[in-house]
Amino acid sequence: MTLATAPTVRGALQRRPELRGHPLLSCEDLRTLERIEAKVEAGSRLDFEEGLFLFRTPAIHRVGSLANRVRETRHGDRAYFVLNRHLNPSNYCVYSCSFCAFAKKPGDPEAYRMSLEEVQKLVAEQFEPDLSEVHIVGGIDPKLPYSYFIDLLRVIKAVRPSLHLKAYTMIEIEWLSRIGRKPVDAVLDDLLEAGLGSCPGGGVEVLSDRVHEALFPGKLGPDQWLETARRVQQRGIRMNATMLYGHIESDEELVRHMVRIRDLQDETGGFLTFIPLAFHPANTELSHLPGPTGVLDLRTIAVSRLMLDNIDHVKTYWIMQGLGIAEVALDYGADDIDGTVVQERITHAAGARSPLGVNREELIRLIRNASRIPVERDTLYEKLVPIDPVGAADYNELRERAQ
Amino acid sequence: MNPAAASPSVCAPSRSGRALSEAIEKAWAGERLQRRDAEALIRCPDLNLLGELATAARFRMNPLPRVTYIVDRNINPTNVCVARCRFCAFDRLPGDPEGYVLSKEEIFTKVDELLQVGGIQVLLQGGHHPELGIEYYEDLFRSLRERYPSLHIHGLSPSEIVHVSRLSRLSIPVVIERLEAAGLNSIPGGGGEILVDSVRQRIAPGKAMSGPWLTVMREAHRRGMRTTATMMYGHVETLDDRVEHLLLLRDLQDQTRGFTAFIAWPFQPGGSELDLPRSGAQEFLRINAVARLVLDNFDHQQTSFVTQGDKLGQLALFFGCDDFGGTMLEENVVSAAGTQCLIPIERIEHCIRSAGFEPRRRNMYYEVLQ
Repeated sequence: MTLATAPTVRGALQRRPELRGHPLLSCEDLRTLERIEAKVEAGSRLDFEEGLFLFRTPAIHRVGSLANRVRETRHGDRAYFVLNRHLNPSNYCVYSCSFCAFAKKPGDPEAYRMSLEEVQKLVAEQFEPDLSEVHIVGGIDPKLPYSYFIDLLRVIKAVRPSLHLKAYTMIEIEWLSRIGRKPVDAVLDDLLEAGLGSCPGGGVEVLSDRVHEALFPGKLGPDQWLETARRVQQRGIRMNATMLYGHIESDEELVRHMVRIRDLQDETGGFLTFIPLAFHPANTELSHLPGPTGVLDLRTIAVSRLMLDNIDHVKTYWIMQGLGIAEVALDYGADDIDGTVVQERITHAAGARSPLGVNREELIRLIRNASRIPVERDTLYEKLVPIDPVGAADYNELRERAQ
Repeated sequence: MNPAAASPSVCAPSRSGRALSEAIEKAWAGERLQRRDAEALIRCPDLNLLGELATAARFRMNPLPRVTYIVDRNINPTNVCVARCRFCAFDRLPGDPEGYVLSKEEIFTKVDELLQVGGIQVLLQGGHHPELGIEYYEDLFRSLRERYPSLHIHGLSPSEIVHVSRLSRLSIPVVIERLEAAGLNSIPGGGGEILVDSVRQRIAPGKAMSGPWLTVMREAHRRGMRTTATMMYGHVETLDDRVEHLLLLRDLQDQTRGFTAFIAWPFQPGGSELDLPRSGAQEFLRINAVARLVLDNFDHQQTSFVTQGDKLGQLALFFGCDDFGGTMLEENVVSAAGTQCLIPIERIEHCIRSAGFEPRRRNMYYEVLQ
């Protein structure tokens, strides 16, 4: 793939004046940057060192511009969103990951566990009629039997057969294999039979043995997470991949993470979307850390887009990055802003100031504020409904509408 | 990479495209932008490019990789106001039980708190109270000056000065002269909104129009008093109105060189009469970039973290801003509209550092403090 033409509103500026030199770069760094830009233009793959250079260069607009070219070549002016809800069945968790403020131990007054009846009632009474997806992730609750996890999917499907169930991270899949005393493949068979649609990409954090040892030693390590993801994708199940940034990790570890996800994708091809997750320190064991700032948010999005040349989508997860950054990130490599979410618990336990959920109109407005065309999608990007007719898109028209 | 590297001339599809390409070339070369250039750039679809141009302009103006801020405090002596601006959620009409006027003791307490955290400046702004004329402010400033000889008093935006001049039947130069004699050091650029009267008639008919606003600034500058300039965008104005606003400020600055800095923030819809959607994050970065390019005679530009939060506030450092503004410690006006993002000093410094700049404290004159 080469970046020949991008039929977008920003495409009018493709042939723009050459801006010689750069106020923030040495001649040598500028040459390196230009060499990387030429590689991306030619559709060549970037290596680890190049990714690290992009991650560290102060020329964030050049990196953003390059990531935006890739983004527009793949998706034009479209920006995707989904009508979804989060469902966290339990916050009891056997693990004690130091970046987590959601997990609770027995005896904690804030601990909760939803019965299947409660879930059924919630779905029947509160789920919006046009809801497309449920994102199901919870604590590793030792009191819940194997059958609960399977029946949970059945219960939801019984009430609302059309809902797509994006359920259970690799952490939960591996846990099910342990408590069900079955291989992962057999667990997946049970889940698929009960209505599983796809798997979320959480629980991977950073693919680094050092970070794993320091922050979440009880949970699946890098190799096991990748192995479980391989099994899931070999079973034909699509999934996402996330990356938790802005805590104790190094730049090298983030870029290495991207390379390892890219390597697995070469082999399996099952990753739909890459989702950088901005760490929120409040109420966690790492509350002394400052957390990521806006520049790191944009850098991470842009470098992810440039490194993960075999993954279709890069998401700006507004719950964690914030609505403002999500809007800006649509020009720095992101093409998807997740969805309505409705009732987010995990990041808000860690002090997130974003709303718990937003409505469809707000998502559309956010996308239009960025002068993009909102496209309502389903989980697998199979059913795509543009909110503005594609082709009628003219930048200033979009801009006037946004005002 | 650069698609235009082979041909320095630009093949844009339309006249507006050509105008934009010319404006981009001029902006990159650091030439003065004309109205048509500004009108093209404010419509530029490429956010990355605007950031690139504004960052270059910022480093031409301020070559050091540092970002300043000031430890100051907002004090709003009264929220009683007869201006009735349609965008405001802070004001109360005379007689409203929620109306207040701070006592001197309350104001002193606030200043004491400021000094305890190492602050050096108060920003005194409030409503257009129908009974607080020149004597009230003279007395307040004198008391502050007496009690805190080195405190910098940055106070009374032009519309308040116009209000005081009407109420006390004094000319604008006399009001400024008397306030300065009482202790006023500088004037904040608040109440500028958009300096186009057709816009002001719609959103703030009771407040100074653009002529008197600019007159106050011109008079202050003539006396050697420094001021700031602001812009509140994202309500009923057009993109060209924003350009007009910037050009008016640039023209006055050409004559007086009295403005220290420019600050832009969006209209905050919560709780006000104007039922409009909140303007977006990209808009904030775009207007900052365009302002940095147009206002080539303004030394400094502040990012409005109070309205945008620390993340976008920080990103504006890559869209032309070189200053994080004031710590404020207290904010009542935009928070009345449901927006409040005060940030502790350590967080301000962290945002500056993690963007690759050195944080430095300054005074109103942008002199870096040791």
